[in-house]
Amino acid sequence: MDQTTLNIIVVGLSFALYFGIAIWARAGTTGEFYAAGRGVNPVVNGMATAADWMSAASFISMAGLIAFVGYNNSLFLMGWTGGYVLMAMLLAPYLRKFGKYTVPEFVGDRFYSNAARVVAVICLIVISVTYVIGQMRGAGIAFSRFLEVDIELGLYIAGAVVFVYAVLGGMKGITYTQVAQYCVLITAYTIPAIFISLQLTGNPIPGLGLFSTMSEGNAGSGTHLLTTLDQVLTDLGFREYTATTNPWLMALYTLSLMIGTAGLPHVIIRFFTVPRVADARWSAGWALVFIALLYLTAPAVGAMARLNIATTMWPQGVEGEAVAVDELPDWFETWQVTGLLGVEDKNGDGRIQYYNESGEGMAELAAERGWEGNELVTFNRDILVLANPEIANLPGWVIALIAAGGIAAALSTAAGLLLAISSAISHDLIKSTINPSISESGELLAARISMAVAICVAVYLGLNPPGFAAQVVALAFGLAAASLFPTLMMGIFSKRMNSAGAIAGMLAGLITTCLYIFTYKGWFFIPDTNMLPDNADGWLFGIPTTHFGPIGACFNFAVAYVVSRMTEEPPQEIQDLVESVRIPRGAGAATGH
Amino acid sequence: MSDNSGDSAYWSANKRLIIFCLVIWALASYGAAILFRPFLSGIAVGGTDLSFWFAQQGSILVFLFLIFFYAWRMNSIDKEHGVDEE
Repeated sequence: MDQTTLNIIVVGLSFALYFGIAIWARAGTTGEFYAAGRGVNPVVNGMATAADWMSAASFISMAGLIAFVGYNNSLFLMGWTGGYVLMAMLLAPYLRKFGKYTVPEFVGDRFYSNAARVVAVICLIVISVTYVIGQMRGAGIAFSRFLEVDIELGLYIAGAVVFVYAVLGGMKGITYTQVAQYCVLITAYTIPAIFISLQLTGNPIPGLGLFSTMSEGNAGSGTHLLTTLDQVLTDLGFREYTATTNPWLMALYTLSLMIGTAGLPHVIIRFFTVPRVADARWSAGWALVFIALLYLTAPAVGAMARLNIATTMWPQGVEGEAVAVDELPDWFETWQVTGLLGVEDKNGDGRIQYYNESGEGMAELAAERGWEGNELVTFNRDILVLANPEIANLPGWVIALIAAGGIAAALSTAAGLLLAISSAISHDLIKSTINPSISESGELLAARISMAVAICVAVYLGLNPPGFAAQVVALAFGLAAASLFPTLMMGIFSKRMNSAGAIAGMLAGLITTCLYIFTYKGWFFIPDTNMLPDNADGWLFGIPTTHFGPIGACFNFAVAYVVSRMTEEPPQEIQDLVESVRIPRGAGAATGH
Repeated sequence: MSDNSGDSAYWSANKRLIIFCLVIWALASYGAAILFRPFLSGIAVGGTDLSFWFAQQGSILVFLFLIFFYAWRMNSIDKEHGVDEE
C-alpha cells in the first residue's frame, strides 16, 4: 500500500470519528448551541480548549519557528501559554459567573450600552476572521500535501467537514470533536518526537532529552545536545542557538502575546461551557496541561530536527566533506517535490554545502574550500515537523498520523473561531440589537444560518487569501490585547467604570493599535501607503508593530480611567451586577436566559 | 484602577492572591527567562544556562503550578467567606 492511500485511510477514519460525534452531540437549544448546555466536565473542557487554541501554526510551524532562531523565539512558548494565567485569574471565572453566551454580550450588558456591544462585535469579528483565514489555508495545505489533492479541493473538504459538526452541534458538537482532535494531534506530535529523542539522547521524553547528553553512536556523544547544536551552528556561520539578542524587545513581544491570548474571544467562550465557577478555574489549568504536552515537546522537536538536518548535510562534521548529491536520504527526495526543500549544486562538485553565506568569516572559509554559496537553497521551517517521522525512519502509519494531526489542529481551531463569529452575529447582533423578540427556535435557526454563512466566507477567504493575511495576524493579537482584554478586565475589577469610559477606552486601544500598524504596513495594508519605513529606524522607540499590543492596552486603560472619572458613575443595578459577577455563589441559577 | 473602599473582604483576599500569583508569573517569565539572564548565566543546566531552561520549559511549568494553586486557594477562600457554590 502506498503512502497516499495510507494517509487517506487514516484521515478518513478520523473524519468518520468526527461525524459520529456530530450525530451523537446534536444541539437542541440555543444553550447547547452556544455553551454546550454548560455541562462539560472541566478536564474535558481543558482538552477541548487545548485543541481550540493550538492551531495549524502551533502544530506545523512552531517547532521550526523556534529551531531556526533558538532562544529568542522561546517568546512564542511563553507568550502563548502565559496568557492562560491571566485568563484563569482575571477573566474566566467571572465571565462564567455572568452566565451568558458571548463576549460582546458581557461588554454590552456590563456597560449598559448597545454601542459598546457593537464595538466589541466588530473587534471580535476582525480578530476571528483574520485567524480563520490562516486555519482554512492550513487545512487546505495539509490536505494537498498528504492526500495529493489541490489546495482548492482540500479547502472544500475542510469546509464540508466543519459544516457537518459545527452547524449540527454548535458548541456541543465542536467541544466533543475538539476532544477527539486533541487526541489525534497530540499522538501524532509526540510519537516521532519520542523516537527522535531516543535516537539522539536515549531519553524517551523529548522535553528531558533536550537538556540531556548525546547518546553513544551520535556525533558528539557524551556532550550535551544543546552544546553540540551550538557548536555545529556556529561552525556553519549561524548564530549560536542559545544566544540572546534584545531582551527588552523579547519581553515586550512576550507580553503582547500573553495579553492577546487572554483576550481572544474564541478561547474565552470555552470557559462558558463548564457547570460551575470553580470548574472554570480548574479548567484553565487543565487546558494548560494539555497545551504544555505539546509546547514542552515542540522546542525539543525543533532543536533535534535542526541538528539532524545539519548532520545529514555534513555526515563527517563540518571539517569533513559535505553530503554527496546521490547520498541524500530518501525523505529529502520526497520533500523536494513539495518545494519545501531544495538543493542546487552551485559549484558543481557533486556535494551539497549547507552554511550561512552571511555568517562571520564564512566568505573566507567558502573561498578557501571552494564553496560558491549555500546549496541548500530552500529549507522551509515547516519541514521540521512534517518530515519528522521520515527523518526518524518511522513506519508509514506514523506519517499518516501527522497528516491527520495537522488537519485536526487546523479544523479544531477553525471550528472554535467560526462559533465565536456566528454567535456574535446571531446572539449579539440579531437577538440583542436588531430583533429582541426573536423566539428560541428562531434564534437557533439564525445561529445555524450564521454558522453556515461564516463557513462559506471562511472557505472563500481561504481560496482567495488577501495579500496581507500574514500581517493581519499581528493585527488580530494587537487588537485582542488593546481592545477586548482591558475592557473585560475593567468590567470586572472596576465598579466605577461606566459606559462612556469603556467605549472611549476600547476605541483608544483600537485606534492607536491600527494607526501604529498602518503607519508602517500601509493604510489598510495597501502597499506603498506606509508613512514611515517598516524597520528599526522608523519604529517609534524601536518597537515593531507586532509588539504594540501592551502599549495599545495602556492607552485603553488610561483613556477609560480619565473618561469614566469625568462622567457619571454607573447606575446601581450595574454596580450590583459587578458585585454578583465577583462571587461564585449562584452560578447555577444564572445560566437560564 | 478600582474603587477599593466598597470592596468586600472576599474580593480583597482574591485580589491579594492574584497579585501574589502575578508577581511570580512575571518573575518566572520576564525575570528568570529574559531580563535576569545576564545574572543567571553562571548557572549551568543541561548544556546551557538556567534562563534558557526557564524560557523553554521552566516558565510553562511555573504557569501550570500557579493556575492550579490559584484554583485550590480560591476554593478555600470561597468557603471561608461563604460564597462557594453549593
